Amino acid sequence: MRPDPIDAPASETAYLDGIQQGVLRYQRCAACGRTLTLSRLACPHCGSADLHWLTSNGSGQVYALTQVTRAPSEAFRALLPYTLVLVDLDEGPRVMAHGVPGLRIGQRVRARPLQAGSSALMQFHPESAMPEGPP
Amino acid sequence: MHTAFIVGTGHTAFGRHEGRGALALMADAARLALADAALEHAAIDGLLCGYATTLPHLMLSTLFAEGFGLRPAVAHSVQLGGATGAAMIMQAADLVRAGRCQRVLVVAGENRLSGQTRDSSIQTLAQVGHPQHEVPNGTSVPAYYALLASRYLHETGTTEADLAELAVLMRQHAATHPGAHLRTPITVAEVMASKPVATPLKLLDCCPISDGAVALVVSRDAGGGARVALLGAGQAHQHQHLTALASVMDSGAAAAARRALIESGLALAQIGLAPRGGAAAQAREGRFARHGPLPLNTHGGLLSFGHSGVAGGMAHAVEAARQLAGRAGERQVPRATHALVHADGGVLSSHVSLVLSREG
Repeated sequence: MRPDPIDAPASETAYLDGIQQGVLRYQRCAACGRTLTLSRLACPHCGSADLHWLTSNGSGQVYALTQVTRAPSEAFRALLPYTLVLVDLDEGPRVMAHGVPGLRIGQRVRARPLQAGSSALMQFHPESAMPEGPP
Repeated sequence: MHTAFIVGTGHTAFGRHEGRGALALMADAARLALADAALEHAAIDGLLCGYATTLPHLMLSTLFAEGFGLRPAVAHSVQLGGATGAAMIMQAADLVRAGRCQRVLVVAGENRLSGQTRDSSIQTLAQVGHPQHEVPNGTSVPAYYALLASRYLHETGTTEADLAELAVLMRQHAATHPGAHLRTPITVAEVMASKPVATPLKLLDCCPISDGAVALVVSRDAGGGARVALLGAGQAHQHQHLTALASVMDSGAAAAARRALIESGLALAQIGLAPRGGAAAQAREGRFARHGPLPLNTHGGLLSFGHSGVAGGMAHAVEAARQLAGRAGERQVPRATHALVHADGGVLSSHVSLVLSREG
């Protein structure tokens, strides 16, 4: 098997560091080849700790969504109403992020960086409305 | 193996208990449970306490034991979100069945409503989300459940009006319980018109934040009253964070219930459940009402009896035990012989099912 191109060093903050840089990262198990949701310490399929961080191309499909009208903090009150989505990336992992208004479950989407106040976030847009290429 | 019986229950009213801390509320409930079981403090040789968000202590069970005057031979503090109460009952029964303890006091409570600001409570609870992958998006517990609900509605064809049926039913049941937090009747139209929180959920689809405490005693000796035994228990823990839940149709609830039913020796048909997506239709037909074939949350559940953290989940087990003992007063279900209690913690993360039975 061809070794993975490792896009980011192993780090407990690799995912958030990626968001700061405007990309979605995900882990892939070097032992069994499967891609993983969230940040793991061991592969849930084979138990290997040899996990590599890769960069997603940002495309996927909406699994679930909600429009939030009650924010948990002052910082997010300024954004109301906002849409939260769970998206299944084409590479396999599922991510939680923001979405533009009007998305529906099952829709093809693509991620784009969103700066909200001092917070760096990712926001999904309908794929048809997006130019080609990585975010 | 011995059999484990629930021999005493107690709880405070749910709602606002201004100035009463977590330990004081727990003591109120524990005192009632001991009195109900006709037991002295010294009879308790096992103690299980659920965590309190308003009292994040390293050793809550022994802290409570000292204050309440117990010297248990076994003590644990348990943290499993909303599944904690059911998990403690399962653990208490195992301690009794194995012969490790004779009588285990299970207690939980906190001043979740009056002991902190609303924002503080909402932010504390939101931390069940993943600190890197979820919480930075501005999430809340209602938003996590709204994401789940959006997918569940999509897959089953359930509607928002269907969800409202259950909120209305819980309020109807709570209206007959003097200790319930919310007792004013509501209609489907009022649920539908209530303030949006996170689509598809509106304010009346969501639990209140309550102060309150619940306790019960699990014993090897059935005592003199009706014999309510824990026939089976099961757990399942398939994910912690919502993002890692592969399918909303397979959260672990069924796996936990299956384990509990197998241990109990009962078939699911002896308790009965609505088919997937069929709960609202059955609610409309009155099947979940007190006199229906499958009475559901006759105390009003988290939605209307109230949600005081661990105690909120435990209140279901207390209600089930009282129904089976024939001691539910005006809420009494006719011919109650078996009850299924299910609790989940986190965001459908931890599941615990209990099968209770009236013996003899």
